[in-house]
Amino acid sequence: MGDYEIPEELRYSREDEWTKSEDGRVTIGVTDYAQQQLGDVVFVELPEVGRSLEKGEPFGVIESVKTVADLYAPLSGEVLEINEALVEAPESVNDDCYGEGWMVVISIADPADQSELLDRAGYLQHIKDRADQDQ
Amino acid sequence: MRNATRGLAYEEALLFEQSQPGRRGVDLPALDVPEVDAAALLGQAFREEPAELPELSEVDVIRHFTRLSTWNAAVDLGLYPLGSCTMKYNPKINERLARLPGFALAHPHSPAAQVQGLLQLIYELEASLAAISGLDRVSLQPAAGAQGELAGIMMIRAYHESRGEPRHKVMIPDSAHGTNPASAALNGYDVVSVPSGSDGLLHPEAVEAAMNGDVAALMITNPNTLGLFETHIGRVCEIVHAGGGLVYGDGANLNALLGHSRPGDMGIDVMHFNLHKTFSTPHGGGGPGAGPVGVKEILAPFLPVPLVARDADGQYHWDEERPQTIGRLHGNHGNVGMLVRAYAYIRSLGPEGLRRCTEMAVLNANYLLSRLRGAFHVPFEGSVMHECVLSDRLLAETGVTTLDVAKRLIDHGYHPPTIYFPLVVAGALMIEPTESESRESLDRFADTLLDIVRETHEDPQAVMAAPQRTRLSRLDETRAARRPVLRWQPDPKE
Repeated sequence: MGDYEIPEELRYSREDEWTKSEDGRVTIGVTDYAQQQLGDVVFVELPEVGRSLEKGEPFGVIESVKTVADLYAPLSGEVLEINEALVEAPESVNDDCYGEGWMVVISIADPADQSELLDRAGYLQHIKDRADQDQ
Repeated sequence: MRNATRGLAYEEALLFEQSQPGRRGVDLPALDVPEVDAAALLGQAFREEPAELPELSEVDVIRHFTRLSTWNAAVDLGLYPLGSCTMKYNPKINERLARLPGFALAHPHSPAAQVQGLLQLIYELEASLAAISGLDRVSLQPAAGAQGELAGIMMIRAYHESRGEPRHKVMIPDSAHGTNPASAALNGYDVVSVPSGSDGLLHPEAVEAAMNGDVAALMITNPNTLGLFETHIGRVCEIVHAGGGLVYGDGANLNALLGHSRPGDMGIDVMHFNLHKTFSTPHGGGGPGAGPVGVKEILAPFLPVPLVARDADGQYHWDEERPQTIGRLHGNHGNVGMLVRAYAYIRSLGPEGLRRCTEMAVLNANYLLSRLRGAFHVPFEGSVMHECVLSDRLLAETGVTTLDVAKRLIDHGYHPPTIYFPLVVAGALMIEPTESESRESLDRFADTLLDIVRETHEDPQAVMAAPQRTRLSRLDETRAARRPVLRWQPDPKE
């Protein structure tokens, strides 16, 4: 298993998104594990501001030289902001996935949803379990 | 003997860069009719500024395209093991028959009475495809597999709407081709991804769990993109049908079934055929595509028009009177030249020949798999159908990836296999040798891959620096995708 930067202060989905919660606003992006697996990201398609997201449903698309993957909403809520800079600079997802590479900010419908997200240890275990399953 | 050796490659500038003012391919004779004032005749449509077309002689143009053609990889040059694309050899008899004047020179608007032979061919090709697939009717109109797929889902939608029961979801296994979710989404359906089991197969329980009254269809490829036969297909179709849904069969892998099993008998209601995969018409730039779509009787009213019908007196005519049709998919009658080639292929091989094609395609894939197992990781054990999937997992400690192995194959004169697909296998290499290859050809290819694996352990940098023997070394694919330059412009600053 490779080396992944998984910050302690964030919460994670099983579909490899990170979330950062501040006063009911949740910022979402993809994890270091996800960007390493994808390889060089060449295109990111994000939802429109105002769209409501359903937990577990696809809300965008991320394309790398190797593959195309859906982005799954880790939480339900309404899109408040999207990172327009990713249109011109999709490489931010590779270079700085927890910073410049953020994707959307949403207002969450139900704060209790967050309890299902994983912490750092839980997410690292999830990565490991998935790798073991593939063996 | 090595597969590739040294050779001289030509550089070639763009036609625009070679342009010389006033140079021409032909000299026109002096005008012997009265000159007209084009500006006055055309009015506003008259173009003040001449178009900036390149000015070249005939030999300039011939050399340009001939030089470009020498940069091509082609199935006429060597093994082209592109998984899921069935790059089989295109027999030259297909070309000969497609050039018969009655086919090659027929005009799409010719009266039916003047193209009876061509109509008969279309009629008989429909019957052949129906017999091969176990379906009832086939439209030969779609211009490519993806359009056939789109048409198939349009018919499924029309079927549900005609029953006053529109549905909103389409189930697709996670090993599917990317066109499947695209076809569903273009028809306004939400896609429900169904996970395959740890054996790479779709299991009835997974379908049962996802099936409900809002699911219009399941889209399935059999054998699937892992090259595995979906052994639960019968039960899976029963579950979908019991829930009021239909089953779409992606025909991309039909080469594994010819003469041995039929999608219609498995329970599939509608499927497309890729004539350029299974029936040896040219791929990609070699010719336009053709993606006929076949259906069971319940979907026949919705087929694209026109179909060809045969009168009691043996005359053929276009059949456009189909009130429930989803409409036309093509300006004329499909890419007819491809239909002639596919017909030639089917008739020259016959049922026994087609059956043998499938046997050889499956044997070849399993032979390669058995030679490569051990050097490459095999994610799903057991025998495969017409293609096999390997991964780069055993190379992980060297730092060499699937992409590097693919690039190194180019140095040895092979077109790389499909890579990083199917998505359910990390670092996938998907190899489909087809029935066209001899044992010697397969051995040369397997030896080359084994040499590359050995090199990966001894000198990984050499593999990561590949290709070295090509005209251009490794291209910056990331930059090409992020900052594409799509056309020539007189001044890039404009």
